[in-house]
Amino acid sequence: MTRFITSSFSHLILLIGILIMVVPVWMIFASSTHTSSMINMNGLQIFLGDSFYENYLRVLLYQGGFFKEITALKMFFNSFIMATGVAILSVVTSLMAAYALVYYRIKHATLLFWIIFITILVPLELRIFPTYSVMAELNLVNSYFGLIVPISASAIATLFFRQFYKTVPDELLESAKLDGANTWRFFVDFLIPLSKTMIVAMLIFMFVFGYNQYLWPLLVTTSEQYWTVVMGLKMMSGSIVHRFAFVMMSMVPPILIIIVLQKHFIKGVFQDK
Amino acid sequence: MSFLDLKNVTKIYPNGTKAVHETSLSIDEGEFMVFVGPSGCGKSTLLRMVAGLEDITEGDINLDGKLMNEVDPSERDVAMVFQNYALYPHMNVYNNLAYGLKNRGIDKETIEQKVNDAAKLLQISDYLQRKPSMLSGGQRQRVAMGRAIVRNPKIFLFDEPLSNLDAKLRIQMRLEIKKLQQKVGVTSIFVTHDQVEAMTLADRLAVINNGIIEQLGTPIEIYDNPKSLFVAGFIGSPQMNFLDGNLKNKTLSAEGFEIKDVNTEHEGEVTLGIRPEHLVQSENGLINLKVDLVEQLGSDNLVYGQLKNIKDFCYRCPGNQTIEKGSNLSLNIENKKYYIFDKSTGKRVN
Ligand SMILES: Nc1ncnc2c1ncn2[C@@H]1O[C@H](COP(=O)(O)OP(=O)(O)O)[C@@H](O)[C@H]1O
Ligand SMILES: [Mg+2]
Repeated sequence: MTRFITSSFSHLILLIGILIMVVPVWMIFASSTHTSSMINMNGLQIFLGDSFYENYLRVLLYQGGFFKEITALKMFFNSFIMATGVAILSVVTSLMAAYALVYYRIKHATLLFWIIFITILVPLELRIFPTYSVMAELNLVNSYFGLIVPISASAIATLFFRQFYKTVPDELLESAKLDGANTWRFFVDFLIPLSKTMIVAMLIFMFVFGYNQYLWPLLVTTSEQYWTVVMGLKMMSGSIVHRFAFVMMSMVPPILIIIVLQKHFIKGVFQDK
Repeated sequence: MSFLDLKNVTKIYPNGTKAVHETSLSIDEGEFMVFVGPSGCGKSTLLRMVAGLEDITEGDINLDGKLMNEVDPSERDVAMVFQNYALYPHMNVYNNLAYGLKNRGIDKETIEQKVNDAAKLLQISDYLQRKPSMLSGGQRQRVAMGRAIVRNPKIFLFDEPLSNLDAKLRIQMRLEIKKLQQKVGVTSIFVTHDQVEAMTLADRLAVINNGIIEQLGTPIEIYDNPKSLFVAGFIGSPQMNFLDGNLKNKTLSAEGFEIKDVNTEHEGEVTLGIRPEHLVQSENGLINLKVDLVEQLGSDNLVYGQLKNIKDFCYRCPGNQTIEKGSNLSLNIENKKYYIFDKSTGKRVN
């Protein structure tokens, strides 16, 4: 009986937590399916309205910005390129950096690693002007390259991969060597498959990181052609329901990427058991 | 020059540990060599230098007529079985076996043929699609062996491959390794700290202590004729009994008894060694043993007792004899099978 009470109680707490998180999102979604005048008169809505297609289509195709050069669709495209680029580039560079740090006979490899690691303490915002001036001099303002590369060196991912490689037993490398594997083959045939789970986790993490960038794209793009979704949240003008619709849609890509990659993530965890 | 030739090989680790001292050794083609010695004596280091996994500080290693010192392990054509097997956890058994062949650019059909043959030989054909995590200890051991065999290397290296198995399986695998090696005929070096394993597997045996080969020979030679106190104590189970003594005029006086007409001119402080199995009961024997404990193994009894001031003196007798705790036994040494070692150097003198 007491077990029933404690378990109901904990479920109740969880339920309240879920409601606190879900209800505002739901209300924005529900409100985004009404007309502007409805919201302006009656406030946020709990129930769905019937302007879903009208509102969302208009937001996707509306020519926004000061010069009316950009649509939400293009912003999603830009954000997708940027987030994917950041995710792939940062995972690839961290994998290789960690490999070099752990497996090559580098003098002071530990010191080097910690130097890389302290860059975590230097957020982008702190180095944003020097980084911008480098990009400007290289003529990379207003390019995907300029959006992606300066934020694609991840000390955190390097840390994770390094710590993982350190747990891989030496015998595995020795065994592979005797089986004729060279440095490259050991990386490709062993470390990458063994760290698959971690690679997927890092891809998700870095995708969301890239997707959420605001200040950097704001600075490094002057052409509206390169606006991203997160910038658009601020820049898009329009009526309240259209903004709500845009907010709702801006949440979709990160959720999608988690859903798609999570399958591999869980599979990886089960296989490595 | 023999198949594998080690000449004055020395290993000093970067931290200054001298693990192997000027070791020279020749191994013939097809021979099963065992390195045996206590843990930390440098067995693995020596083996790993042959594999190329450790640099050679000084000396030369020749394999099949080629100097190996600077040859990369991947180019040496040696195969190694590790203590923890080091199977590739993300590959199934088939790919574990096939990986080394793929790296050598062998075509698919040949690989399949070789893997299947090796799998059949080792009775792992049923598990080819499984990952190593889904295998038992004994099966993993077989896969590790298979990975070595399938490549048909110049030499097999085993670094204590049986020590992770339970006692029964260890004995079974020991037998299988020996049979397999005889069948395949590949030159092998097997490292172990277990002297029974060493004795049963070896064609020839190198007893290593502190980075030095103390004695090299067939198991029986070493058992019958240990050249030093260390070898005498290490080989043989239960361990040889050691007593302090004094040699003078070909007469050895130990605690409570004397041996006359010893075949040595050596004089002074010595250690006398007698194997438990070289004692027999007889009336008016040399040695008087007061029995403290009897271990009945079935086939044998191990009798432990006190001899003057020496405790735990061991005598081995057939299992069908009943020996009472607390009784007194009168023992003689069979056929002059005793060993005398110089007390300070540990060298054999008779
Ligand atoms: N990588 C290493 N660095 C420094 N010393 C080592 C290293 N590996 C082994 N040793 C030392 O070398 C000696 C021999 O080691 P090893 O060959 O592993 O012995 P065994 O295999 O006979 O137990 C030991 O004293 C050990 O501590
Ligand atoms: Mg060892």
